[in-house]
Amino acid sequence: MLRIKNVNTYYGKVHALKDVSLHLGEGEIVTLIGANGAGKTTILNTISGVTPAAGGEICFRTEPVTALSADRIVKLGISQVPEGRQVFKPLSVEDNLELGAYLRYRSSEKTAAIQKDKEQVFKLFPRLEERRRQLAGTMSGGEQQMLAIGRAMMANPKLLLLDEPSMGLAPLVVQEIFRVLERLRNETGMTILLVEQNAKAALKLADRGYVLETGKVILEGAAEELMENADVKRAYLGKDKSEKRHK
Amino acid sequence: MKKELLKFAAFALLVMLMPLAFKGGYLMNVLVFVGINTMLSIALNLLLGYAGQISLGHAGFFGLGAYLSGILTASYGWNAWLAMPLAAVTVGILAYLIGFPILKLKGHYLAMATLGLGIIIYIVFNETVDLTGGPSGLSGIPNLAIGGLRFDSDVKNYYLVWGFTLATVLFALNLANSRVGRALRAVHDSEVAARVVGVNSRLLKVQIFAVSAIFSSLAGSLYAHTMTFISPASFGFNFSVELLTMVVIGGLGSIYGSFLGAALLTLLPEFLRAAHDYDIIIYGALLMVMVMFMPGGLVRGVPELYRKLIKLKGGADHA
Repeated sequence: MLRIKNVNTYYGKVHALKDVSLHLGEGEIVTLIGANGAGKTTILNTISGVTPAAGGEICFRTEPVTALSADRIVKLGISQVPEGRQVFKPLSVEDNLELGAYLRYRSSEKTAAIQKDKEQVFKLFPRLEERRRQLAGTMSGGEQQMLAIGRAMMANPKLLLLDEPSMGLAPLVVQEIFRVLERLRNETGMTILLVEQNAKAALKLADRGYVLETGKVILEGAAEELMENADVKRAYLGKDKSEKRHK
Repeated sequence: MKKELLKFAAFALLVMLMPLAFKGGYLMNVLVFVGINTMLSIALNLLLGYAGQISLGHAGFFGLGAYLSGILTASYGWNAWLAMPLAAVTVGILAYLIGFPILKLKGHYLAMATLGLGIIIYIVFNETVDLTGGPSGLSGIPNLAIGGLRFDSDVKNYYLVWGFTLATVLFALNLANSRVGRALRAVHDSEVAARVVGVNSRLLKVQIFAVSAIFSSLAGSLYAHTMTFISPASFGFNFSVELLTMVVIGGLGSIYGSFLGAALLTLLPEFLRAAHDYDIIIYGALLMVMVMFMPGGLVRGVPELYRKLIKLKGGADHA
């Protein structure tokens, strides 16, 4: 469904992605793990067109999307849930969701379809419906994360890019969000590319994974395999005894 | 939405009845300026309050509208009704073209770039003496006229200018409550997030910059045709700052707030004239106090003050 070949991305002179290649099949959940600064977020931003690639090729389904602008990519069916949620804080929950469907108003699709998708989001996250008139900035971190995912869903995507949905959230909330992601895949066949610091939880959910280090893919494989891999265990999963994460 | 419409109708009615209360006189002339400044504040507010992009050069667009209208009618004998839209379109295109490079900048850098733009335009007014008359100004600009009706008195100008101003209010209200208005506020809050939901933030910023410039240009044309005389001094950096003050004092992101800010800053100097030499000190002190105690602007601060007063009175009754 998505195929990335030898992609290179720069921030000014900094070479952030070095010949990265990866692929996603339809309905798959794939996770990217790696330390801070490994290039996980950059991969997502490169796919979504926020930080365009300097070289290489990105194909979505059959179309090359490497050189397209961010709004064209959303229109093709790739939605990103950005790092740190980035909901529109001074706007209501409902306005945030409507903005997720920003590009659909212009096309011939009826408002009824958008309304139906909104109901769908409310079904996944009932708490958002209770708070539909509340300003997004006044909600808890977990609720904001739900809203960010809901907003991405409103574009009616085929592929969802999630950037650290667990960031700064209580373990229980993280569990809830991961459960929704699983439901989303099982019920709607959504393809998900998940970037996570919480490698353990991510590998539990994902089918496959890629391990990044300083802008390069150093390891890839099925999620169970990665979980058993000695290097991954040592570097990202931690020993079982010292499971408590320090902030 | 119905409530919005009612609010607008009440506002329009108030505007239409104003001249009956004053029966001509000097204040009418000041109220014409309130109308023009309201148009300008709304134009700037769409850019600053909604899209979150600062401009310190809006007096330049205002001046371009005034000079294009003035030169075309006074020097080349054009019909004013033709000159006005042509000026607006020209200024719009200019803003659109300049907008692409400068709206890439953010915060202080954008402020500097627009400041520079305003100053360049101001210098052009001063130096192209053959065209603009230079520092001594351009006179003999005809009034607007419909058939035999010439807008040559303060009361007539009042209705002319406020007709345009009300149309601007209506346009801005519609825009603010639309899908585009939502997208503007999204760009304001987080440009990255706006882009990932599919808002082409770069284009949208340039478009709203151009729309804002077009309305400023129209206000400029109206200014030229009601005053019949213009000079560069009215379109300098000071006026850009005054516009910015109107928008902030009135309330960022509020259309009626722009009216309140424009009205206050236009009327205040007239009332302070009684204080003679101290007027500028009182003026400055008032603005400082307002920014300190009403950071949301008049449109949010005054209702809050009212609630507090009622509460205070209620407390006194109990005691």
